[in-house]
Amino acid sequence: MTSTKPSSVHKSGSAESTPADALHVGSSDPRTLIMNNLRQSGIFVALVVIVALFAFLTDGLSLSPGNITNIVLQYSYILVLAIGMVIVIIGGHIDLSVGSVVALTGAVSAVVVIRQGQPWWLGVLAAVAVGLAVGAWHGFWVAYVGIPAFIVTLAGMLLFRGLTLRVLENVSLSPFPAEYNQIAAGFLNGLIGGDGYDAFTLLIGGIAVAGYVVSCFRTRVARIRYQQPVESFALFVARMVLVGAVVMWFAWQLANARGLPIVLIILAVLVLVYGLLTRRTVFGRQVYAIGGNLPAAMLSGVKVRTVNFWIFVNMGFLSAVAGVIFSSRSNGAQPAAGNMFELDAIAAAFIGGAAVTGGVGTVVGAMVGGLIMAVMSNGMQLMGVEQSMQSVVKGLVLLVAVAFDVYNKRRAGTSR
Amino acid sequence: MDDHILEMRRITKTFPGVAALQDVTLAVRRGEIHAICGENGAGKSTLMKVLSGVYPTGSYSGEILLDGKPVDFRGIRDSEAHGIVIIHQELALVPYLSIAENIFLGNERRGRSGLIDWNRTNAEAARLLASVGLHENPVTPVVQLGVGKQQLVEIAKALSKEVKLLILDEPTAALNDVDSAHLLNLMRRLRDQGITCIMISHKLNEITSIADSTTVLRDGRTVERLEMGSGEVTQERIIRGMVGRDLDSFYPDRVSSPGAEVLRIEDWTVRHPTQDRLVVDGASLDVRAGEVVGIAGLMGAGRTELAMSVFGRSYGRDISGRLYMHGKEIRARSVSEAIGNGIAYATEDRKRFGLNLIDDIRHNVSSAGLHRLARAGWVHDNEETRVAETSRRDMNIKAPSVLSVVGKLSGGNQQKVVLSKWLFTDPDVLILDEPTRGIDVGAKFEIYTIINQLVADGKAVIMISSELPELLGMCDRIYTLSAGRITGVLPAAEATQEKLMELMAKDKESVR
Repeated sequence: MTSTKPSSVHKSGSAESTPADALHVGSSDPRTLIMNNLRQSGIFVALVVIVALFAFLTDGLSLSPGNITNIVLQYSYILVLAIGMVIVIIGGHIDLSVGSVVALTGAVSAVVVIRQGQPWWLGVLAAVAVGLAVGAWHGFWVAYVGIPAFIVTLAGMLLFRGLTLRVLENVSLSPFPAEYNQIAAGFLNGLIGGDGYDAFTLLIGGIAVAGYVVSCFRTRVARIRYQQPVESFALFVARMVLVGAVVMWFAWQLANARGLPIVLIILAVLVLVYGLLTRRTVFGRQVYAIGGNLPAAMLSGVKVRTVNFWIFVNMGFLSAVAGVIFSSRSNGAQPAAGNMFELDAIAAAFIGGAAVTGGVGTVVGAMVGGLIMAVMSNGMQLMGVEQSMQSVVKGLVLLVAVAFDVYNKRRAGTSR
Repeated sequence: MDDHILEMRRITKTFPGVAALQDVTLAVRRGEIHAICGENGAGKSTLMKVLSGVYPTGSYSGEILLDGKPVDFRGIRDSEAHGIVIIHQELALVPYLSIAENIFLGNERRGRSGLIDWNRTNAEAARLLASVGLHENPVTPVVQLGVGKQQLVEIAKALSKEVKLLILDEPTAALNDVDSAHLLNLMRRLRDQGITCIMISHKLNEITSIADSTTVLRDGRTVERLEMGSGEVTQERIIRGMVGRDLDSFYPDRVSSPGAEVLRIEDWTVRHPTQDRLVVDGASLDVRAGEVVGIAGLMGAGRTELAMSVFGRSYGRDISGRLYMHGKEIRARSVSEAIGNGIAYATEDRKRFGLNLIDDIRHNVSSAGLHRLARAGWVHDNEETRVAETSRRDMNIKAPSVLSVVGKLSGGNQQKVVLSKWLFTDPDVLILDEPTRGIDVGAKFEIYTIINQLVADGKAVIMISSELPELLGMCDRIYTLSAGRITGVLPAAEATQEKLMELMAKDKESVR
């Protein structure tokens, strides 16, 4: 390609922009920005509305420090599964087996640690190894034999539930030693003191905010150097302040309860890594390409089989992570563990904007979708809503979310 | 005063940025065969979609008079209720249902109980099949019929709806000569029974032999209406109306100076992926730097199959033969190997095989050469945007930004995205399969200019096209392909449409 100097796209003009330019350029029309990101921002708005709704309905109880900690502990494994599931869905597949795989990996870990008395980390390794093997099994049938993932993972759901029962010999195993328990129930607390609150949690929150601001600023500088449109500086600052405030408030609530949950650190690392993996790596791009148009991806030199294989291996890995967290949280392994988890993870991905036909979706969207489900279930539990009604409400929310998405797409289609 | 069954007056239909139809007028007399012709993108299909209600009332301006009365169609069911039935180029039959089930699909013959009356269904189907001259058992699954017979089933289906006005879009495009002749005879018989036919066709010899009158469209406008009855209207006369200018000015000038050989294909043989027959049979061809080489052939001759099998074996099985790049034999057993060896292939169906329509220009442009933008698996996304911006400017892709979704671009701009994508892989030879299909005239000229620029930069181009004037206007040499065999190669200066047609039709009897 010839690389001539790009012509001026906005008022900063020159190709040798300095970081200082990042302070005073950009389009400042928030309406167009919101419209452009309706799909993404819509889901955030929905989350805020639902959080506010349940804060109101429970007289603020749902936002209390103890309850926020609870939500994190209670739904972390669903969010971990949703990360893998959204990638599977972007690739144009589905995975119905994750609940069974959560059970199987947890069971293997329990057998290694509880029945055989091995150290906790050996249990974790065994679970991850089993998860990878299960993923490779699914990947083989989907990618190399060419059987639809719906069928392969439906078979896997039965297969691995059965294996769970065999591994556990039809009984529950518990309890885990304290170290293993720490994974899902432990907190980093009191490391640097604090008066009635945990200073360490606030410090981590502060570091997270600082990291976010620095990375956003660097992105902005780079975009300006490449002459791409950016939001106005005022809007940029407003966004940083808003995100910073939300994160610090969240950290403050945690600090006032039991400190920083270890599982939250695991989750944050996974979100960060997989967010980058999907957006910034060749692998991630190829997943979107396959889901968007399979034959076109094939004719562009994408090794479709290899990519599909690794999509499922990755799902197996994350199922194992979720299996470890869940077994740690429930302090044991039960034959029925993880039942219906796949449906929660699938729902999170779709509420978060993934398309049923593949090629569309984000990790962050799936996290927000998962949080919407989490806040709803938790809020309804606090209000003492019956289990039956909870299920009805969650079903309706999933339906409405996807209907909204379909409607949006149709509108976008006809507006051309 | 003529008795017009149909008049369409001042029909204007616009898509964003493109006026597909402007003030188009069409008048069809009762009981005639009326041909509509025009180049690809002239607006023929759009006009028929307006007529059949695919584009409902309100999405276009102008009026439609049926039997002298204005009509508003809100959908296909509306137009069918008025006796207008359209048979599309891509047949719309359900393969695993029987002939009878297909004929009465959506229009089932029911008994008093509300259940389907199979005896009546099959008996009526048999009667309809007899009237179109198809001797098949109505319970036969459609998948077992050849394309020609499927076409007859479509017509029988239309007759079952008490059709007054039958529209056939390229009815003979996929048929061999025997089936075509049979179909044309059937159309004459239908006319004699009082059914009016509108026929869209590229085959001018068919139009001159069968049509009573012809409307010529060009660039979305009605050019003229020709009365064919006297036999004075020749194919050349119709072409003049369709093209409206000399072919010379339609193709940008290029000084041809071929250099060293880039790609040579030797003794290339490909078997059909599921059937036991050779799709490409011992084909050999070569292309040099700075040269545009054309491949001409009828539908089913194996043009696309040849190209795709060369491009990393993405079609067929039991592929044998040798490939040489710059005189050295290469292996291209996968698409990525082919790309690595400097081969690019832009597909004939960009929407299905060429583009990720739900993604933006930027990601589509980089999709075949992503590793060029990546280090250790990480994509440099700002660099990617710059590449896409450069393409947008160099190729004159009309879109607000490189973040625009490709599915919303016009055909011409989509094709420019496809070309950008392949140019980014920095190929030595580009195989362009129907590069101007479904593109309006202005964008065609731009594509031609881009191709000329590429060969001027020393690339080699293989161009597959169904439009012979395009091949004659663009190529240095033209190979003809028939039934998977290369039947000849002509320098463009010596080639004419007649000579090419003769070579393209060679060995035709052995096709089936």
